[in-house]
Amino acid sequence: MPFVIASFASGLVFGIGLLISGMTDTGKVLGFLDIFGAWDATLAFVMAGAVAVTGLGFALARRRGAPVLAAKSLWPTRRDVDTPLVIGATLFGIGWGLVGLCPGPALVNLAGLALPVIVFVVAMAVGMLGHDAWSTRTLMRQIEKA
Amino acid sequence: MHHLTPLSGIVGGALIGLAASMLMLLTGRIAGISGIFGGLLQPGAGDLGWRIAFVVGLLAAPLLASLSGTPLPAPAMPASLIVIVIAGLLVGFGSRMGGGCTSGHGVCGIARLSARSIVATAIFMAAAIATVAVVRHGMGG
Repeated sequence: MPFVIASFASGLVFGIGLLISGMTDTGKVLGFLDIFGAWDATLAFVMAGAVAVTGLGFALARRRGAPVLAAKSLWPTRRDVDTPLVIGATLFGIGWGLVGLCPGPALVNLAGLALPVIVFVVAMAVGMLGHDAWSTRTLMRQIEKA
Repeated sequence: MHHLTPLSGIVGGALIGLAASMLMLLTGRIAGISGIFGGLLQPGAGDLGWRIAFVVGLLAAPLLASLSGTPLPAPAMPASLIVIVIAGLLVGFGSRMGGGCTSGHGVCGIARLSARSIVATAIFMAAAIATVAVVRHGMGG
């Protein structure tokens, strides 16, 4: 139970951070991405603040070893830059640039219950499910062939 | 009109970093939202509890803010539902295929100095900037 409460608290602080930073405002996000227009550099400050504090927190977590509420930390282990990373990041970037929403701000905005945001989140979930079903099928085919 | 708001940007960003640090220090998990949310959609996935709790926390943030008088978020969205659907599909599919989004790669990955995440962030930033350039200024079309 403390594990779940800690996760809720982290989500809550994350959401408040997104709201204060302006990342939930699609106009501000698109303003940052619009380097050929009236450029709004705010997102660079958001990234700088987030990366700096996360860097400190992660250094502390590494020094501590195991997390407080679990047996071990699940650090990502992959280091390779492969084709799915490049194609996936490109598709993600195009979608992000079309509307100005990425997954975190999309979920925070869902609380406003505006129809276009609901449609976006449903489409995002379908895209995720679609990818996972597709990659499982591809994997099964490879196993069958081998 | 939108203009530079560096102070709220840094404060909000620092809170995002605090949240990512909390999650790692307490639960040992990476605060990558496409991973957390995507894992919720997996049939038969085991560790649903903390994922649901994190997403509920995200949704609770604007509700809590509304108690103190801040209106619920109502972001500007494209008029065309087709554009919204295409964008949502691309964000969902792409973030799963690329193994992360702005939070997992852009914040947590860069903070770990992961080459994978730095490359992914550079690519999705470039793709998003190019998309906005085409949509708003008709470049490259």
